[in-house]
Amino acid sequence: MLSVSFGTVIWTTIAFLVVVFVLGKFAWPSILKSIKEREDSIEHALKDAEKAKEQMRQLKEGNEKLMAETRQERDNLLKDAREVKENIIAEAKEKAIVEAEKVMAASREAIRNEKAAAIAEIKTQVAELSVLVAEKILKAELSSKDQQNAFVEEAMKNAKLN
Amino acid sequence: MEFKSNKIKLLIQKSILVLVGFLTLNSVKASSSEGEEGGFKAGEMIMHHIADAHEIHIIGDFAIYLPVILKTDDGFKMFSSSHFYHNEKHAEDTVNNTSVHYYEYDGFIMSHEHIYYAADNGGVIFDENGKIANRAVTLDLSLTKNVVGIFFTIFLMCLIFFTVAKGYKKRGIGAPKGIQSFMEPLILFIRDEVARPSIGKHADRFMPFLLTVFFFIWISNLLGLVPFLGGLNITGTLSITMVLAAFVFIIVSFRGNKHYWMHILWPPGVPAFVKLILVPIEIAGIFIKPLVLMVRLTANITAGHIIILSFVSLIFIFGQQSAGAGYGIGVGATLFMIFMNFIELLVAFLQAYVFTLLAAIYFGAAVEEPHH
Repeated sequence: MLSVSFGTVIWTTIAFLVVVFVLGKFAWPSILKSIKEREDSIEHALKDAEKAKEQMRQLKEGNEKLMAETRQERDNLLKDAREVKENIIAEAKEKAIVEAEKVMAASREAIRNEKAAAIAEIKTQVAELSVLVAEKILKAELSSKDQQNAFVEEAMKNAKLN
Repeated sequence: MEFKSNKIKLLIQKSILVLVGFLTLNSVKASSSEGEEGGFKAGEMIMHHIADAHEIHIIGDFAIYLPVILKTDDGFKMFSSSHFYHNEKHAEDTVNNTSVHYYEYDGFIMSHEHIYYAADNGGVIFDENGKIANRAVTLDLSLTKNVVGIFFTIFLMCLIFFTVAKGYKKRGIGAPKGIQSFMEPLILFIRDEVARPSIGKHADRFMPFLLTVFFFIWISNLLGLVPFLGGLNITGTLSITMVLAAFVFIIVSFRGNKHYWMHILWPPGVPAFVKLILVPIEIAGIFIKPLVLMVRLTANITAGHIIILSFVSLIFIFGQQSAGAGYGIGVGATLFMIFMNFIELLVAFLQAYVFTLLAAIYFGAAVEEPHH
């Protein structure tokens, strides 16, 4: 065991050289290459996944931005619409008031005209009636000769007075 | 997940049962062979088990006899080790007054797994210290237990990693499946926790070597824990760890850049007299580093085997005094062996990791770019 046997040394050298060369040619390179390839592919996959994640993140960010913009736009639109509505209502109210006032003014004018016409009519009628009454009264008071003289005297008196 | 962990639990339970069985059976064999010579010698039994052998002893009298290949004066000779093991002889060592057993076949003798030329008239001759004085054969190229163990490790590695590589080819960058998913974390562990932090940007160049070394040591260590494999002690054999350390040394020396060698041979920013002390230390360090790698691995794995075998021996030492004591100690020793086996499972991984990590650190120092 502890003495060196030259025969064993020779056999060991031959055997070990054979196994180093045989495995070194047919086993280790393909094993190590495959392991390396797998590691590379895993690394690639991890990198790709990272990239995909980054893209996803960017996409999501873009989406969120888009959403925010859209929301803003919607809000703006709603605000505009509300304003327009309020404007329209206000305008309509104003117009209505103006129109109403116009109508009122017109009716007031018409009423005034009618009133004036009515008054004028009444005045004419009253005048006619007065004339008629006066005629009748005169006719009655001046039916005799004495009364006519009295009236003339009276009228004369008034004339003198003037 | 739940299902898988249950499966693993079951597997561990099964392994424990098998391990316990193995240890007990092995011990029986040990006692029967050593017992005949009067008295159980724990040290001998342990050394015999952790040493290399020309057979793979499976169980009882059943063993796989491995081919003996010798480079002799008349060229190469090859025969089955069964010829040795079936022809056991004993010789009297008159100096130490002990009986030495050895095997003899066809003009060769084998003692303690070392093979020598037989004496002219056959048998052994002793020198004045009682050591075997026969001339050793020029080169013993036998496929010993541990050499076969290495071949088995390599076979397993090819089987596992060809399957894994096929899995990657089939599934491409898809999720791993089966043994592929079991090996991938280990491969990634070596790449991300060992090679890259230690070596830096040149790490991928050293990956094939580091992966091979790691799995070679780990699987070898585990094989040493598997029962019925003759008690393999691959990574606890100095000849084998020496080769591994030598590869590290060679790679460091050849890959070492100018910056690395300058640091050793002419450290910058150090006064001249300090250089006189530093340079020899640095040069010694080039050799000490791989030597330490070698010794650490061998010592750790062998120590684990020795501890487990010691517990086995304990049973027989007490068993010799009375059967009751043997059984009593047997229960405790078995519990300790189970505990040790768990530790050894951890050590098997840990030592493979430590060897790979230190090799990576040495490679890193060799290819480091100047940064000041």
